[in-house]
Amino acid sequence: MTASSPGTAETVDQPVQPPPANVPKVRGFRPDLRLSILFGVLVVLCVIGYVTGPDTFLSESNISTMLRLAAAIGVVSVGMTFVIISGGIDLSVGSMVALASVWMTTLATQSYGPFVMVVCALAVGLGAGLINGLLIAYGKLVPFIATLAMYASARGLAERLSGRRTQVVNQQGYLDFFRGAFLGIPVLIWMLAVVYVVGWVVLNRTTFGRRTFAVGGNAEAARLAGINVKRHTAMVYAVAGLCCGIAALMVVARTTSGASTNGLYYELDAIAAVVIGGTLLTGGRGTLIGTLIGVLIFTVVNSIFTQNNLETDVQNIAKGVIIVAAVLLQYGTNRTRKT
Amino acid sequence: MSIDPSRRKFLLGASALGMSLGAGALVAGCTSNTPAAAGPQQVAGGSGANAQPGKPVTIGFSAPAADHGWMAAMTKNAKAQAAAFKEVTLDATEGTNDVNQQIAQVETLINKKVGVLVILPFDGKALTAAGQQAMDAGIPVINLDRVFDTPLAYRTWIGGDNYRMGVNAGDYIAKQMKAKNVSNPIIGEVAGIDSLPLTQERSKGFKDALARNGFKVGPRVSAEFTAESGERQTANLLQGASKLDALWNHDDDQGIGVMAAIDSASRKEFVMVGGAGSRDMMNRIKADNTVIKATVLYSPSMASTAIAVARLLGQGKGVGDFAEHEVPASITTYSAVVTKDNVDSYLDVGFDS
Repeated sequence: MTASSPGTAETVDQPVQPPPANVPKVRGFRPDLRLSILFGVLVVLCVIGYVTGPDTFLSESNISTMLRLAAAIGVVSVGMTFVIISGGIDLSVGSMVALASVWMTTLATQSYGPFVMVVCALAVGLGAGLINGLLIAYGKLVPFIATLAMYASARGLAERLSGRRTQVVNQQGYLDFFRGAFLGIPVLIWMLAVVYVVGWVVLNRTTFGRRTFAVGGNAEAARLAGINVKRHTAMVYAVAGLCCGIAALMVVARTTSGASTNGLYYELDAIAAVVIGGTLLTGGRGTLIGTLIGVLIFTVVNSIFTQNNLETDVQNIAKGVIIVAAVLLQYGTNRTRKT
Repeated sequence: MSIDPSRRKFLLGASALGMSLGAGALVAGCTSNTPAAAGPQQVAGGSGANAQPGKPVTIGFSAPAADHGWMAAMTKNAKAQAAAFKEVTLDATEGTNDVNQQIAQVETLINKKVGVLVILPFDGKALTAAGQQAMDAGIPVINLDRVFDTPLAYRTWIGGDNYRMGVNAGDYIAKQMKAKNVSNPIIGEVAGIDSLPLTQERSKGFKDALARNGFKVGPRVSAEFTAESGERQTANLLQGASKLDALWNHDDDQGIGVMAAIDSASRKEFVMVGGAGSRDMMNRIKADNTVIKATVLYSPSMASTAIAVARLLGQGKGVGDFAEHEVPASITTYSAVVTKDNVDSYLDVGFDS
């Protein structure tokens, strides 16, 4: 009798399978638990940072430095989160940052003053993102291919425009504003906060956000539900491009220059942050708060390693381990929740 | 819901049109870099009898893509030097970071039967066979900077001295520390890409020079020769080291970012030394209102020298002032320390980052 356990197990398992009625609730996948685990990882890292550098790590200036360093990649990751939730991928974010940073710092652009520089970066980012979106939505290119093409050509154009030189910003007004502080907090950190708040509201409280989830969850169902999937897809990539434009403003402020080497490997860092933040690469679900924690985890790791004078190779190994560990931890919670 | 779909399409179309028009205007207005002043170009004048134009020489030139200031200056200097000689024709290939393509370019130049070949390989080991092939075909090869695996692959090697860059930076800093009577200085280092032998040599020279003065390297980070990575790594380094006495940055291209990070952190308590010798850093040294007080050269003027030497080889001449009848087999440039005191005499070899 007891030997028939496999059969029994099967029958016992059956009722545990989520009934079809639960399918629409797929978004309620306990993000709170996953996020708290992720947040726990961040806290543990901060404790490590504090223990190894008690005088410096939690000082106001180090926190401010870490947040400023997280700003550009953080903003890029907001756009990446939208794209990945919508079921796509954007490999071109780093190149778009490079292109926007170069275009806004050519001598000709700079001659029009800081305001035009800002508009230029945003327009270049938005335009490049829109091209991605149109190619994917209406040109029927796979996102991987379309954005791979942009990855190559945007950086190529950036090299062409800059002559592969580092273009130093001579508009002191631009530097004064973006390198300055407002109410004691650096402008870059304000920008990061505003982008996340706006991104969160758009994703969670607007039709645009709901459609993004719907398109990524099941594009065909979204189409049958009356969503213009093509137009929405194009707009999502445009948003990602706009985020790259904003990130370019930050990179130019930080380095006081624009160069075609800006934004190197941003696509990898952003995808890593989004994925460990709990967003599904297959689309349909994800959170911006998770992405933000993901970005901060990498920034904190970088800071800890530098403060303790450890080699960059060890740091890269640690990065890889963290990506795997964070994702495995979250898979674990997901499975235990299902059974 | 109530909006007629055709109207929506029209609106979308109109906004797209507006956007593309705007983008078009930006394209027209903002891509130009023309007002940039033409950078200084290093040209060696022939001396003595060598100043006289000799028989015509065709020089083939192959280099990696000019993807950063220093590399761009190498190609620019080579072209400027060739243009300075009436009898020299330069056959320069398009710079590439693809080793296979560079090999193909060198083979093409061999087939064209150029008189002398100047090769700055993307990867010295990978281009060794191509260099040897040219030598076997009777074309003298000048191996520029990144050295081939065997001397059989070149007639003359001309390059910089990464080890001595580190030594001279270390000695300069040690001298400053002693002059200021700092007994146990905290000396930071912002290196380039750590996996490259050139970075390892620079760091070793720096370490050795400090060691012989009784000092050691403190906080160290490695950037990637880009302004952005220089800013990021330096910002972290400065956070980790609440007090610094000196800082050596290996590369002036990434130095723009290093300086930006120092400025953000409002740090002024240390002396900084740069590396390679960009015009931007030289101007900052001259202005003497920031932490940067010196830079150790790794000057792209060596590309000009390579062309001048290639001409001498092609014409069968020796180097003026040298007793040897032949061009030497190896020329190592000196990594001079440029400070406020001598910067005026070095501004001509500064390159645009």
